[in-house]
Amino acid sequence: MAESSVELRDVSKRHGDTCAVDRVSLGIRRGEFFAILGPSGSGKTTILRMLAGFESPDAGDILIDGRSVRGVPPNQRPVNLVFQTYALFPHLTVAGNIAFGLEMRRVPRADIAARVEEALDMVRLQGKQDRLPAQLSGGEQQRVALARALVNRPAVLLLDEPLGALDQQLRMDMQVELKTIQERVGLTFICVTHHQEEALTMSDRVAVMRQGRLLQVGSPRDIYEAPQSAFVANFIGRSNSLTGRIETVSGLRCTVRAVDLPAAAPVVATCPAGAGIGSPATLMLRPERLHLSADVQVDGYDNMLPARVSKAIYNGSETQYLLALSDRLSWQVLVPNAGNGQKRFQPGESVFLRWRADEAVVLSE
Amino acid sequence: MNPDAVPPDRPESFRAAPVPRRSSLLLLPALAWLGLFFFVPLALMLAISFASRGTYGGVVWTLSLANYANVLDPLYLKVFLRSVLLASVTTALCLALGFPIAYYIARLPARRQGIWLLLVMIPFWTNFLVRTYAWIFILRTEGLMNQVLAGLGLIGSPVDVLYTETAIVIGLVYGYLPFMILPLYAAVERLPPSLVEAAWDLYASRWAVLWRVTVPLTKPGLVAGCILVFIPSLGAFITPDLMGGARTMMIGNLIQHEFLVARDWPFGSAISLLLMASVLLGLAIYLRAEGAGKRLAAGG
Repeated sequence: MAESSVELRDVSKRHGDTCAVDRVSLGIRRGEFFAILGPSGSGKTTILRMLAGFESPDAGDILIDGRSVRGVPPNQRPVNLVFQTYALFPHLTVAGNIAFGLEMRRVPRADIAARVEEALDMVRLQGKQDRLPAQLSGGEQQRVALARALVNRPAVLLLDEPLGALDQQLRMDMQVELKTIQERVGLTFICVTHHQEEALTMSDRVAVMRQGRLLQVGSPRDIYEAPQSAFVANFIGRSNSLTGRIETVSGLRCTVRAVDLPAAAPVVATCPAGAGIGSPATLMLRPERLHLSADVQVDGYDNMLPARVSKAIYNGSETQYLLALSDRLSWQVLVPNAGNGQKRFQPGESVFLRWRADEAVVLSE
Repeated sequence: MNPDAVPPDRPESFRAAPVPRRSSLLLLPALAWLGLFFFVPLALMLAISFASRGTYGGVVWTLSLANYANVLDPLYLKVFLRSVLLASVTTALCLALGFPIAYYIARLPARRQGIWLLLVMIPFWTNFLVRTYAWIFILRTEGLMNQVLAGLGLIGSPVDVLYTETAIVIGLVYGYLPFMILPLYAAVERLPPSLVEAAWDLYASRWAVLWRVTVPLTKPGLVAGCILVFIPSLGAFITPDLMGGARTMMIGNLIQHEFLVARDWPFGSAISLLLMASVLLGLAIYLRAEGAGKRLAAGG
């Protein structure tokens, strides 16, 4: 594992009665933008704080650049954290904040000035070096916090919900900018977030956590296209689910009879590994992968289910339809809004849902 | 202005609404009280300080600056210098003891902070004189301290602490420590823990965190605590009287002596006013320096 920048080996941490982090093992590659994604209380922040050195694992070990950091205090770790609240020193100027880490490491004065200048350039805050944090906007404070960490050229840069306090437009701009900066400096970035879009947009790889456990690690595409659990499928983007039992298996294909749709024909799906006839199976379907039409006859799809439109929500770029498949089962479908002449469905209308067998992720849990 | 979002931890600045004229009438009772019981006596003292003592102790209105000249007598200057020294030592000790306590309390869970603050304030529920006598029992030659130390075999013969300057400092630190802890607590409590963590993360040692972040950001509390301890210590009178014995006099004792024993009200008034003036001068110099520093930090 020579190329690992950070490695967690069976790390556990308890907070009182709850297991904040539960036997997590994880390897993060050098120069990677890695996101840890999960709802609040999933343990992602605890992992970040253990990497920074503010907390220590109860069990397991953490390696940074191949060396165990057990017992190493935060000021001696080659790691810097960008705090969620930025934690800028209010009594120091922008330049004073950025120079803080260099001064603490006794970098020569002339070098400090040059590196602070360079960091200001990188986050596009030229000319603001003499301001106090209180005189900056939220976005500017965020950049100072980033520069203050980057200027030290740490082995690993940790970001705690870096864009959490910014408004929507700025958040999207900063996602791109963060990624650009990371590619330019080539450092390992570990970003903790509960915002799935943020994680997918910026990261090379994403780890999804829930209740202290690591559920899945993979590229944004893997995580979205091939979730390994219903939680991941629902947490990353939206998902429709259909629960049932496998009725027949033929090669890579199987048929599943849905519990909530006893009258409908069984649906065709990819057979999950290790599943046999009678095994429970859950199909997960992305709302934008479903085809919606009022026509009885449409070619090119393996499955068809009748439904009734219960709500149509116009979102600008797309229309979100809420559909009732039965009394108990409701799905949503996203249809991109094309120009004039596109069929728009009204609540109460009967429609047909269609999808190809390989569009559904099948979980045998 | 930049259109960027303002983070939630930075409140918009509000301009205080102007106080309606009629509401300012509510200030009258307080102003009357202060005028009658603070400024009038002060003015009287100022007047008396220029008068002179009568043969049998009354005030004779022959005006002169003689009282102020008398203060410069080395005998009195020594008392003044000793008072400044003891008050400074007291303040330094209160700071050294109070800061860790305040920091500890401020970082406890909110629920347990109340109990600790109560413990800090409980001594105020007992008369100060009674508590000072308790210290006499502890410190005197046959007292608790010497018995314990002798019992542990740490000393051969009793240590004479009572009726020394050490005893005065012990008494003053004991009496004024809460005045240091409370403003420090308030200041540390407002210091976000993330700032301390940020400094630590940025390679600062524990000491560097203290000097570069914690102390600068809790400075208002530090200053308030020092003022609240230094000023009453400087003018203290019961503690040096009871614990310092006859040999070590502080300004407070001198003033009391002039008013009640020597019955020299004009001289007593002059000393009192000079004490007050020197404290105000010290504060003014500090505030000026502080203001200049702030303007400098803000970039002129």
